[in-house]
Amino acid sequence: MPLLDLDPEVVATARALAAEAAAPVIDIARAHTTVAVERATLRLAGITGADTTHRAGDVPWVNRVVDTVREHCGLEHGVALPVFHALREHDLGSLTELAEATAAGQITYRLPEGRDATRAAKAARTAVARGLRTVDRNRAQRDRLVAKLGDPPRRPWIYLIVATGDIDEDVVQAANAARAGADIIAVIRSTGQSLLDYVPEGATHHGFAGTYATQENFRIMRAAMDEVSKEVGRYVRVTNYASGLCMPEIAVLAGLQRLDMMLNDSMYGILFRDINPIRTFVDQRFSRQVHARAGIIINTGEDNYLTTADAVDAAHTVTVSQLLNEHFAHEAGLPDELLGLGHAFEINPRVPDSFRMELAHALLARELFPDAPLKWMPPTKHMTGNVFDGYLLDGFFNLAGVLTGQSILLVGMMTEAVVTPFLSDRDLALANVRYVLEAAGNLREDFRPAPDGFIAKRAHQVLGEAVDLLARIVDEGLLEAIGKGTFGLMKRPADGGKGADGVIAKADGYTNPASELLEEGATA
Amino acid sequence: MKRHLRPYGDTTGDGMVQLSFTLPVPHGPRADGAAQQLANRMGIDPALVVHSHPIGEDFTFFVVYGSVSHIIDMDAVTVVEREYPLLTPGEINTAVKKALRRKLVVVGACIGTDAHTVGIDAILNIKGFAGEKGLEYYRELRVINLGAQVTVPELVKRARAEKADAVLVSQVVTQRDAHILNTQEMSAAFREAMGERKPLLVAGGPRFDPLMAGELGVDRVFGRGTTPGEVASYLVHALTTRKDTVPA
Ligand code: B12
Repeated sequence: MPLLDLDPEVVATARALAAEAAAPVIDIARAHTTVAVERATLRLAGITGADTTHRAGDVPWVNRVVDTVREHCGLEHGVALPVFHALREHDLGSLTELAEATAAGQITYRLPEGRDATRAAKAARTAVARGLRTVDRNRAQRDRLVAKLGDPPRRPWIYLIVATGDIDEDVVQAANAARAGADIIAVIRSTGQSLLDYVPEGATHHGFAGTYATQENFRIMRAAMDEVSKEVGRYVRVTNYASGLCMPEIAVLAGLQRLDMMLNDSMYGILFRDINPIRTFVDQRFSRQVHARAGIIINTGEDNYLTTADAVDAAHTVTVSQLLNEHFAHEAGLPDELLGLGHAFEINPRVPDSFRMELAHALLARELFPDAPLKWMPPTKHMTGNVFDGYLLDGFFNLAGVLTGQSILLVGMMTEAVVTPFLSDRDLALANVRYVLEAAGNLREDFRPAPDGFIAKRAHQVLGEAVDLLARIVDEGLLEAIGKGTFGLMKRPADGGKGADGVIAKADGYTNPASELLEEGATA
Repeated sequence: MKRHLRPYGDTTGDGMVQLSFTLPVPHGPRADGAAQQLANRMGIDPALVVHSHPIGEDFTFFVVYGSVSHIIDMDAVTVVEREYPLLTPGEINTAVKKALRRKLVVVGACIGTDAHTVGIDAILNIKGFAGEKGLEYYRELRVINLGAQVTVPELVKRARAEKADAVLVSQVVTQRDAHILNTQEMSAAFREAMGERKPLLVAGGPRFDPLMAGELGVDRVFGRGTTPGEVASYLVHALTTRKDTVPA
């Protein structure tokens, strides 16, 4: 039952403005491809492994191939035609053999024409469709496991991060956390992975403040959590991060290894990793199409804005970004039930009525997106070395989550400002969550903010400010707004940032079987 | 202040402390005994294991209270004490003008793959921190904030091009000693590229100890809770006292 009495017309205006603001960016995303989108396409077509003899260290075969195609004939027509033409021309059995031959300098790529082009397109489509069928099978397998083992017994689902840098250690921590009540395990990535223009290979043991996202690491964690799921009698979901320069490829790997949720924000890479805005929007669209196909719940990153901007002053920027993320996601084929829009408990605890304001913001998000599995993020910025204060604040955060009916609760750590969490920090944090969830029970039933009270007024005010800001963004353009520091106070001009040279305008006749199959929803 | 002290629980000299930790042992009496032994070895005697609970099958978490036998000698405590006066922005501007007869150039960055900008921005941006305006606010300082994820070669190049008097580097991520290694790489690069003419090097971040300057190869280290005024006052102090080595 709605409690805030939001004006449906204002809400409709907000959505219409968000769509209008997003439209030019979607046009740009459709008109371009990137090296990462092309690599993701070949990964779906079955290319795996790395060139271990290269002097630059392990270079994934997919990078070798895409870079070489780009050198020989450009990427404006996509990699699919040149690659599958070369495969037939040289009578090679697999893309890996083609990659090896490429590395040996034996292949000259060119854009096939006429019958050759038709043949290459057909072969590419067949190969990519095979990859997508694996993604489809994984989705069906997840549905089966959820049906058999069950979902968590209550909302919110409890989401916990592990970050040791070593996948084997992560498995130990994740298994402990799941046994102690975590429903979702997220492996946060190593510092710096966002800026790698390739996906590392194999099992890894030496990340910084996180563990590298690799296909093998994904497989290891999913397999381990499948075991733990049986043991605890509920399906434990696994999460990773589709962000940075390899967003589309990581999305593909997640689909191939049956991850269940992925961080996927339309602007995070731009704002917090200084990745080129166009690159990000193109990559984001493709990666979300892949997530939609895989039935993966995306998590957006609005919480981050409140670490660089003030959570009260910038509350409406969270709402604006949620509406933009929603629109981009819908356009890419994600339904509401896969939209884990983010928001956070980041108001300075020394501000009077801070908890009431948190409730207002959280309720606003809940009522604006009634069918989305909202992700409620804990305090981080105002956590300090005083871990006792932190434990109390996390308790209030948990309470706000219960009272406002949040769907996914990221467990806050009292040592947030100190270290990446100890085993005991997680255990204590889960105890905090369990206590609040059980003690509060169905308190939400009794929570009825006064119609003209502080909470309702604050929510209406934030929505009003969000509509005003959206109108301004429509006027000046989303890219310009990002350039001016509208979100998180980070100023990121459209022509700046890393990875811009990996963006290519599509030519007429651009062919990408993955995009086709994803947009058609076809399996062959 | 007394010279010799012990921790204070509720009575002078009782030496009471609390601590918590995890041991990789299954929960039970032997685990509690192990915790007690550890606490004893840490100088806590008697040690009361007031709480323990299992974390999974293989670990136990403990809370321990007890009295420590150690005595602190305040005369033997070493910290980096501020050896320079805290100046107001007006005083700082005047001092720079007088000493350098030009603007003092500050180049700031968060280096390596570290993407945390809030700390360096707190020191540099006009908005500032803890009610104090950042260095950009000072008329006689020219501030170039390169943001985060800046490589060391980039930083050296920019510092040279801008004829930086001081280079301010932030490091927030500390896992596997990333902050130490990155800062050492930075100071070594400046030494190699510029020798004695290198700018004043300042490192900052929440997990740095100001005592680490020597180990890091920098002139000064600032830790958590640093305010822009402290940094500006330090820069003026350091640069006006070693003016002779500053590139004109
Ligand atoms: C905000 C934040 C982020 C934001 C950063 C946004 C931005 N543009 O800065 C986002 C969400 C992007 C982020 C990302 C990550 N973060 Co973070 N983040 C934080 C958080 C919540 C607050 C940091 C902050 O802004 N503090 C406020 C400022 C003002 O304080 P400060 O940095 O200490 O700065 C003061 C002093 O130290 C000093 N100072 C700092 N620098 C300098 C420089 C100079 C020259 C001087 C004089 C002084 C000085 O002056 C400042 C003012 O007093 C902390 C947790 C916490 N509460 O501390 C985690 C934290 C720092 N993050 C952490 C981690 C691990 C990450 C990630 C690596 C996670 C991941 N695996 O993806 C990524 C980083 C990716 C990358 N490439 O770096 C860890 C670091 C653990 C560790 N010790 O190694 C922390 C401690 C959280 C945790 N417990 O896990 N993070």
